[in-house]
Amino acid sequence: MDKGRLPMKIKDNGLVLDELDLNILKALQENAKQTYTEIGRRFGIAHSTVYDRIKKLEAHGIIKKYTTIIDMEKMGLRNVTAIMTIFTNPKQSENVAERISEFSQVVEVYTSLSEELLIIAKVVADDQESLHSFIANQVAPLPGVLRIRTSIVTKKFKEENLPLPKNIVSEVKFISSHLNNRSENK
Amino acid sequence: MNRHAIERILRKVPRENAFYFFTSIGNYTGENAASLEEFMEKLKTVNPKSLEFHLYRGDFERWIAETLEDKELAERIGRLRSSSLLGERIREELYSIVSRRHRELKSSSFSQN
Repeated sequence: MDKGRLPMKIKDNGLVLDELDLNILKALQENAKQTYTEIGRRFGIAHSTVYDRIKKLEAHGIIKKYTTIIDMEKMGLRNVTAIMTIFTNPKQSENVAERISEFSQVVEVYTSLSEELLIIAKVVADDQESLHSFIANQVAPLPGVLRIRTSIVTKKFKEENLPLPKNIVSEVKFISSHLNNRSENK
Repeated sequence: MNRHAIERILRKVPRENAFYFFTSIGNYTGENAASLEEFMEKLKTVNPKSLEFHLYRGDFERWIAETLEDKELAERIGRLRSSSLLGERIREELYSIVSRRHRELKSSSFSQN
């Protein structure tokens, strides 16, 4: 086996990733429109290898989807984006989070444990009135919602996916050697 | 007004049709009212900012006219909107208008029984 391409188990789900997989993921994060040939050329491998690796990553859900970040302002669509903090009854929090996730206007949903149990959600609406109408008519009436704080976003400075950490290869190698040691000791 | 119409105004509406008190766009106080009586009681304690927010947006009138179906009370509240009142003065006037209407409806209902 090539040096630097040791099979490595990231999670205990049977999937084995190696350094090449991680490099392909990083390349796709930079630009998902790159061809298999371009990626292959970059890492000195055949495009068919890139294809096989990407299909494996897709099949295991490591690559969840390919999407496009649209600049709505340039399209003349001045949407209102807001961060909604929902204070909930702890017993119904999961249910509230699930119900909120079903709305198309809600693009991100998180639960948070601070002093109170919170749900934090990012909402996009056509304008402030439709934002308010959505929160008043769809969110506030949900059982378990105690109160809601909403902050309207006035300016966006950054919006990107979290890149793979630079030291991920060494971290994965560490996990791999740890697993290898465990299996040797058995 | 016939007994059926009065009962309809005084009924309790489902949770999704209740009035939800906000202090500004998207900021829900946690207070809501599912009937005229509950609405009247909430007026005593709800944050005055909420009263200002909803009065000048016409939310009270709309809910009372469309959900409780009391056009008369909606018109009376609509007249209050032109008064430019703020905070606690809105509470006093609004409570007075709503409680008077509630008494009228209760007494009409009672006299028709």
